[in-house]
Amino acid sequence: MILLSLITILLVAGIFAWAAARWNVAAARWIALTATAADFIIGLAVWLRHYGELSLFPHSRWIEQLDWNWIPRFGIHFHLAIDGLSLLLLMLTFFLGIVSVLVSWNEIQERVGFFHLNLLWVLAGITGVFLALDLFLFYFAWELMLVPMYFLIALWGHERRQYASVKFFIFTQLSGLLMLIAILALYFAHHGATGVYTFEYQQLLGTPLSSTAAWWMMLGFFVAFAVKLPVVPVHTWLPDAHTEAPTAGSVVLAGLLLKTGAYGLLRFVVPLFPSAAHQFAPIAMVLAVIGILYGGLLAFGQSDFKRLVAYTSVSHLGFVLLGIFAWNELALQGALITMIAHGISTGALFVIAGLLQERMHTRELDRTNGLWSTIPRLSGAALFFALGSLGLPGLGDFVGEFLVLLGTYRVSSSLTIFAAIGVLVATFYALRLVQRAFHGPNLHEWKLADLNKRETLILAPMIAVLLWIGLYPLPLLKTFRPAMDRLQQVVGSAVALRR
Amino acid sequence: MTGADAIALLPLIILAGTSVLAMVGIAVHRSHGFTLGLTLAGLAAAFGSLWIAAPLAPRRVTSLLVIDHYSLFYFGLLIAADFAIALFAYDYLAKRDVNREELYILLLIATTGGAILTASSHFASFFLGLETLSVSLYAMVSYLHLRRQPVEAGIKYLILAAASAAFLLFGMALVYAELGTMEFAGMGQIFFAGHASDTLLVCGLAMIITGVGFKLAVVPFHLWTPDVYEGAPAPVTAFIATVSKGAMFALLLRFFYRSGATNHQILLVFTIIAIASMLAGNLLALLQTNVKRILAYSSIAHMGYLLVAFLASGKLAVEAVTFYLVAYFITTVGAFGVVSALSTHEREAEDIDDYHALFWRRPALAGLFTVMLLSLAGIPVTAGFIGKFYIVAAGAASSIWALVIILVVSSVIGLFYYLRIVAEMYASPEREGLGTRSHVSSPARAVLWALAVLLVWFGIYPEPLLRIIRTVLPT
Repeated sequence: MILLSLITILLVAGIFAWAAARWNVAAARWIALTATAADFIIGLAVWLRHYGELSLFPHSRWIEQLDWNWIPRFGIHFHLAIDGLSLLLLMLTFFLGIVSVLVSWNEIQERVGFFHLNLLWVLAGITGVFLALDLFLFYFAWELMLVPMYFLIALWGHERRQYASVKFFIFTQLSGLLMLIAILALYFAHHGATGVYTFEYQQLLGTPLSSTAAWWMMLGFFVAFAVKLPVVPVHTWLPDAHTEAPTAGSVVLAGLLLKTGAYGLLRFVVPLFPSAAHQFAPIAMVLAVIGILYGGLLAFGQSDFKRLVAYTSVSHLGFVLLGIFAWNELALQGALITMIAHGISTGALFVIAGLLQERMHTRELDRTNGLWSTIPRLSGAALFFALGSLGLPGLGDFVGEFLVLLGTYRVSSSLTIFAAIGVLVATFYALRLVQRAFHGPNLHEWKLADLNKRETLILAPMIAVLLWIGLYPLPLLKTFRPAMDRLQQVVGSAVALRR
Repeated sequence: MTGADAIALLPLIILAGTSVLAMVGIAVHRSHGFTLGLTLAGLAAAFGSLWIAAPLAPRRVTSLLVIDHYSLFYFGLLIAADFAIALFAYDYLAKRDVNREELYILLLIATTGGAILTASSHFASFFLGLETLSVSLYAMVSYLHLRRQPVEAGIKYLILAAASAAFLLFGMALVYAELGTMEFAGMGQIFFAGHASDTLLVCGLAMIITGVGFKLAVVPFHLWTPDVYEGAPAPVTAFIATVSKGAMFALLLRFFYRSGATNHQILLVFTIIAIASMLAGNLLALLQTNVKRILAYSSIAHMGYLLVAFLASGKLAVEAVTFYLVAYFITTVGAFGVVSALSTHEREAEDIDDYHALFWRRPALAGLFTVMLLSLAGIPVTAGFIGKFYIVAAGAASSIWALVIILVVSSVIGLFYYLRIVAEMYASPEREGLGTRSHVSSPARAVLWALAVLLVWFGIYPEPLLRIIRTVLPT
């Protein structure tokens, strides 16, 4: 029940926020804030309560679960469950949820109620994706994220919002439908093998498949997740969507929506189709390295603050893809840490871009110079997160990327070398961003307000969390460990079986 | 014909009787409200009589009609759609200066024709039902006869429908000449026995497909659709899109399910038609700026999706078609309901500019329209999503991968134009649009809301509907 409440709180609060905004705009904001905070606290409580167990019973199955019959005609269950992996991503979801409500406090002045409805429903969809264990339910939640996100970009976005929102919608919808075909193919293949119609993740694991069938189904899933992640040839929606979205939209996109792609790869693609994924791994890893370098290079060439940060996401998520397909302990841990650290540091950079845009009404780096002299605190925060993004030791991103590189080295040393060059590229774009925006003489004589209390309240915890992950990532790894062991076990036994 | 037969036919008798009553009523006392009330009462009574007829099902009434759960289910669907359309028509006609009452008579007659189609098991009833439906439609399409567009649309429809009916008749004659029976079930036996020679039979079936294809407006028999959709009054368009097409599809399903008249040539023809409809419908819709024309092309594509399920064959396919039709009925009636609610007495709200920033002027109507469009696009939480899922599942179960992939790709193309309307509705208000003035009566509003609620309900918890649908197989 506690899992269901995580979703329903968001859904119901969304409706209340919409209704409340008719009378009082501030009420809508407070309702949204309370709902996200409540979910965060519930998540935290679950985590703390089960933290001891995680190390005591490293192979215990799900921390919490809920299983209802939903559409018996197809053997569809309403099955939610949580393990260490989903728990960590949920914590990230609610944390960034609070951030995105707070960051919209001043920015969004039109149709406030409807905005918060969409924001909370996107978060509910993401929560559903991280919790669903029934493939139909997963697809349902996966699609459900799209519509509110579309509205967030299309209604409150910047100049080219129509183009960006439609592009985003079409890309994800097409890839999602290919995944639906793959899901159904798996469903009927499972029925063919066992005579049982089910979408249940646990039962579908280890469905005997011919290698061609497994290959095509794996590709169907992979495409959907690759578009979200994004992997290079299908990434083109991302810079547009991230740039045109309102700040909260960018934070949710970069911080959370991209992670659903990585989560899908971890949870579904590799465990469901172990040998096909094994065959596919070299291709995926090469794509990952291309993404790392290409994203970094393009980021270097951007003059729009948000677009620059958007391209850095392509680069960082390349590390995640690399880690997942290297599929060993170090690489997986690295991928997870990168996912969370990237969510925080990139989310924060988008928050800063939003704060600057609110003050200066531009995102062009050509128009910004020497901001340090007028807004030292904001500039300091920007420097901090830029350093996080370039992988400075002591901050979260470093731990993640370092572990990924270590893990990948065991699989392929040449790819590791190229990926390491990506870290170098990150130094260039991150420092260039800081230099262009904040250093130098204040040519345009900007006189801006520095961080106020609310804005400090947003950025300070993000700084703290990034430091925490960078200096003491053990709790995260410990929480992730049982889930990771089990994933590896499933894949290991399946691959061994087929040899 | 026995008393039990009469009870089994009760829904049809009530429908036909109501149209006569309405006719007499108009002769005695011409009143718009009264005629509507009579129509709605008749429809409600016919709907209620489904439960009286149900215990007798399945029952053959003469050799022409079969009253089984399948036909009763479709009776219910057609009657319910007609109920909503009649309410929309009331608002629509109230704004206009014409003879209003006769439209309801035509509606009732056409619905009777559609209902006969869904129950027919014989070429004779097939043709009679079709003509009853078509002839009333000619008059309905050109109902606003003082304007150019409806008359043009009516004539276009008349000529093409008559031509296609001729094809259909000739096809029936050829099949009869070859098989010596006009009953669907009888044909099935001969097919299974394998006595039939191919050439004449395939010719006959091809001509029947032509006639059916015209009514369904699948490519290449679709050319009338956009013009007729655009020219006809919005409630009549809703009727053509749902009752007329739905009844025909129900018949098609029964015909091929019963007669088993499927060889690979026929299946190939349907495959080509399905692919062409999905692609052409969605691609041509991209070029339109008129909402009614967009919906016309989108309906062509939807018939293509339905054909995919039809081609999947088997029990799952029948269920998929039935569920999809239910979702399609709700959605299409709702969408045209919004269009007719927004229309003013001068013109229809058909230009996409009329929908500009609608959300900020008429939030409820814009919200309802959004739900309908998202359901047409097959986005979750709407019945359209479950429908699409069902069809893809039926396709996957029969491993017709090429069709399934074309369905997926073309439905993504379809997203463009649905989103275009949605985006237009939510754009920030810059210029004055239509629809600030039009009035929507509270019953019509209630129906729109009910449709939206049904759509979401079947999208989230379809199990009750699925349970009913599983019991309705054509016999």
